Amino acid sequence: MPVTERNGKPEWALRTTPQQLAIWAGWLAGVALFVYCWELMTQTTIWAFFWDAPRQAGDLFGRMVPPRWSYMEQLWWPLWDTLNIATLGTLAGIVMAVPVAFMAARNTTPSATFLRPLALLIIVSSRSINSLIWALLLVSIIGPGILAGIIAIALRSIGFVGKLLYEAIEEIDEKQVEAIRATGASRAQVLTYGVVPQIMPAFAGISVFRWDINIRESTVLGLVGAGGIGLQLQSSLNVLAWPQVTLIFIVILGTVVLSEYVSARVRHAII
Amino acid sequence: MSLASPSGAAATGRVWRRPPLIANPLLRWSLIIGSLAYLVLAVGSVEVNWLRIYEGLDRGWAFIKGFLAPDFTSRWGDIVDGMVESLTMTVTSTAAGILLSVPIGIGAARNVAPRWIYYACRSIIAVSRSFQEVIIAIVLVALVGFGPLAGFITLSFATIGFLSKLLAEDIEDIDPAPAEAIRATGGSWFQWLNYGIQPQVMPRLIGLCLYRLDINFRESAVIGIVGAGGIGATLNTAIDRYEFDSAAAVLILIIVIVMAAEYSSSYIRKWIQ
Repeated sequence: MPVTERNGKPEWALRTTPQQLAIWAGWLAGVALFVYCWELMTQTTIWAFFWDAPRQAGDLFGRMVPPRWSYMEQLWWPLWDTLNIATLGTLAGIVMAVPVAFMAARNTTPSATFLRPLALLIIVSSRSINSLIWALLLVSIIGPGILAGIIAIALRSIGFVGKLLYEAIEEIDEKQVEAIRATGASRAQVLTYGVVPQIMPAFAGISVFRWDINIRESTVLGLVGAGGIGLQLQSSLNVLAWPQVTLIFIVILGTVVLSEYVSARVRHAII
Repeated sequence: MSLASPSGAAATGRVWRRPPLIANPLLRWSLIIGSLAYLVLAVGSVEVNWLRIYEGLDRGWAFIKGFLAPDFTSRWGDIVDGMVESLTMTVTSTAAGILLSVPIGIGAARNVAPRWIYYACRSIIAVSRSFQEVIIAIVLVALVGFGPLAGFITLSFATIGFLSKLLAEDIEDIDPAPAEAIRATGGSWFQWLNYGIQPQVMPRLIGLCLYRLDINFRESAVIGIVGAGGIGATLNTAIDRYEFDSAAAVLILIIVIVMAAEYSSSYIRKWIQ
């Protein structure tokens, strides 16, 4: 923070002039980028549709209420499927993520030059691709149904669980590991008695957190044919049955809120 | 799991056991039996069509081969269009989302905003967080038509829930002393915010914005599937036509861009702090 002399008095400013210029240039570049992207993006936009949107929204809302409550009896099975997709997918994802996490953590990896980069690549790839895209792929490979949904959720969970778990492994207290090693324990014993008890709370917390996210994600997997309540959403959208769509939205919202409550309670109990 | 050495166990007659995770045996066993029962029921309700999977195996193989030899050329035009749309959507929606979520985030901080503004902002955040991007995109495509504008609005709206919530929590966690000091000099409310609170939350806010940029790009690939513009539409057509080599090319590009974003954002964060 520079102090300059002006009229014989010291004057304080937050930044020097070059710093101020740099910040100003940064803002200019940011705004220019925004304007350029906006132009590019809206080239093909038909603005008449946009200005019409409030009227459309009113119209749509009018068709969406009241929800068709009687449709609920057809939603119980898809809801059960959605729950299963999320839970089984999370379990399968965890089973695959644990070895990946141990390979990725600097202090437990068997080979830092070969296996660690491979594990990190698996984690990044799984994290960059959304479960809906995995589902899209899997439906075209193994056919529609909840199995595709489960695998999609599992593949997406590897990256999330793997990343958080390997960070937890890297943060453990090495002294306890050292103590187990000093007793002459084997490599597997060092892991089970030195490392695992230390990461157990983090692991449980991460798993429950991912289960909560997976409940959200599994509600829309049906849009691409991977089972669950999204299938009902897709078929209702196709026939423009808006009262049914409203009911499905309400059911999804309720499920998400409930799963968030459950996961918060469980995490509170664990940690 | 007993771990005592045989001689020690013989000498004292005591055996060490690892303490169970849940102390109450009744609760422990009912939880174990309950989850086993659920697992049996859940696995039982998965219908597997083995014939269909067998037929799909060569398609799965084609996808793996496509990953090894991605085809960037035959759909290059579509891929470029989709990527440009996705990237422009990402930039504009993140910028708009930040602009909207800063005031909402300030309003949702208990130690800054009056009660009624606090509740109003918190409910905006709750609405934005409870609906998934894909569902918002479906409604917006119905409202404003197909194309990136629907995606832009979707992502901006979703950004509010994420950024405002975390910003509000940061503001609630600040050290009150500097803010108090600014107030003691007779600073106005805006000066208090600008000099007392903003410097404390700024580094984390920049980090969160970069992270959200990353998320918005990944989401922009998804909402294209329901017609809200971006690379998702290209990906959807490629997969629908079983052109797995083109699909693999798109996925590889997405992974590369996400990796680049992650790398540069950690660099920028280091440079700022």
